[in-house]
Amino acid sequence: MSTLTVGQRRGAIGRYVILTLLTLIFLIPFYLLVRNALSTEQEITAVDGWNWFPAVPQWGNLSEVFSSESVPLARSMVNSMAIAVTQTVGVVLVSAMAGYGLARSPVRYANAVFYTVLATLLIPAAVTFVPTFVMVSTLGWVSTLRGLIIPGLFQALATFLFRQYFLGFPKSLEEAAQIDGAGPWKTFWRIVVPNSWGFAAAVATITFIGSWNAFLWPLVIGQDQSSWTVQISLSTYVTAQSVNLHGMFMAALVSMIPLLLMFLFLQRWIVAGVEQTGINE
Amino acid sequence: MTATTETARPAAPQAAKRGWRQSPHLWFWIFVGPFFVGLVAFVIVPILWSVYLSFFEARNTVTPTEFVGLRNYATMLGDPAFRSSLGTFVVFAAFIVPTTFAMSLGLAVLIHSVRRGKSFFRSVFFLPTACSYVVAALIWRGSLFSGVSSGAANSGLSIFGVDPVAWLSVVDPPWYWLVIVTARLWLQIGFFMVLFLAALQRIPTALFEAAALDGAVGWKAFRYITVPQLKATSTAVLLLLLVNAFQAFDEFYNLMSTTGGYPPYARPPLVYLYYTALGDGQDFGNGSAGAVILTLIIALFALAQGKLTGIGKRGDD
Repeated sequence: MSTLTVGQRRGAIGRYVILTLLTLIFLIPFYLLVRNALSTEQEITAVDGWNWFPAVPQWGNLSEVFSSESVPLARSMVNSMAIAVTQTVGVVLVSAMAGYGLARSPVRYANAVFYTVLATLLIPAAVTFVPTFVMVSTLGWVSTLRGLIIPGLFQALATFLFRQYFLGFPKSLEEAAQIDGAGPWKTFWRIVVPNSWGFAAAVATITFIGSWNAFLWPLVIGQDQSSWTVQISLSTYVTAQSVNLHGMFMAALVSMIPLLLMFLFLQRWIVAGVEQTGINE
Repeated sequence: MTATTETARPAAPQAAKRGWRQSPHLWFWIFVGPFFVGLVAFVIVPILWSVYLSFFEARNTVTPTEFVGLRNYATMLGDPAFRSSLGTFVVFAAFIVPTTFAMSLGLAVLIHSVRRGKSFFRSVFFLPTACSYVVAALIWRGSLFSGVSSGAANSGLSIFGVDPVAWLSVVDPPWYWLVIVTARLWLQIGFFMVLFLAALQRIPTALFEAAALDGAVGWKAFRYITVPQLKATSTAVLLLLLVNAFQAFDEFYNLMSTTGGYPPYARPPLVYLYYTALGDGQDFGNGSAGAVILTLIIALFALAQGKLTGIGKRGDD
């Protein structure tokens, strides 16, 4: 970088120093999570001096959390996986269709429908948990996978994002199909969907993260242990009487593995998806 | 979709509209119907039902028993615990919204300005987004800010000879606020930073080059080019931050509650409503009234913000 002046180079070095320090600060919680998950209880609570690393990594903590009787970790991970996968597929399907309809339909009341969607988006869903709970319990869906999955399938945010995306989708592609005689249904599945995988995948990853990490609704609905999600299982570790720190941290680490794997492989899509959310336009 | 858009742009070829024109109502409902029916059933009807329930006595039952008019509203607004929960939200939002905004914008500008390692730094700061509020609360409460001397924060303080601080269990001074807000900052800064980064990348470099010729570099360029160019993103971020703050539940619940219950302080509205409606009392009447009051407050904020930001206008296509 011969074009840089001394001052610019100094500024660049300063920026890297600040960014590196912030990187370390941001990584401390992850370090603590891994260190504690592989430590003995004594090492975590040691009063005399700080342990940087466990003397011997306690891999036995892993089998311990899966054999715990009070916290059904394996069962709740299966539940969470079932809920997150179903919700992700369902939300993408339902919202993509609705977003396309709202972006392309010539009917006059489409705008009124869109503003209704927007209103429910601006009113946070969490505030409606009392009436939705009343509704779902009337249907007899408390402590069932139905009750955990179905109310989460209708995401105003995902529909809003798909609508914004389809507004920018090139109309010429659809027009070509329509000249060949394809109706809206065929045009959507043959032309629009195959050209929108990138955006759909981005919405899917964001939905999956949200679904896997959801807490309030599963707390309200999952009243039997058999319907707990992984976040509920984790939460019981903290509020339980007997504190078991090494088990708690190992369970937390295990709970993050599906998302960490996804981040590793889909990072570009996730970030691209956040960037494309359309709120920057 | 609307008359304004269609007149605003050159008329599309007739063929393009043929499909939608043949039976527009049928096609609209084929595409939007499944979503809209679900939205009505699981969001709109419950909101209306909640308004209805809020005028009734409904304890331990979801079937209203006795019409009480506005009494539930009076009870809730007269309840010091509910009012203090609204106060908790105000304190929390007044701190977390501007702080997250400034830090995520600062981080985005910093990353945008370096030549190498942009994607590495972006990944590091975005990584906590994969962490749930529950996991973050476990780390904060169980290790980082645990009240014992082996906690990370207390170990750090001991280097300077400071005695261990009981972070979460003292009210005076209210150290628990530090624990609550740092957890949320760590979790959400990365997400908003990515939004700002995306917006920064869209600013044409020609703007900065032209400004540099006029002598506007560094802080001046930031003030007169970057800030105005980020206006749309900034208002959207502020709205999202506010809505997120209103919804605060997960970290409060997991940081503060124990088997013994929840302390009377640091209780945001959602936590309070959770215990009112679904706790021992199962008081759905009062719970619904509280939810309606909260929804009205949020709707007011959202409407004011919507007017300012113009979200949903079709000028963006």
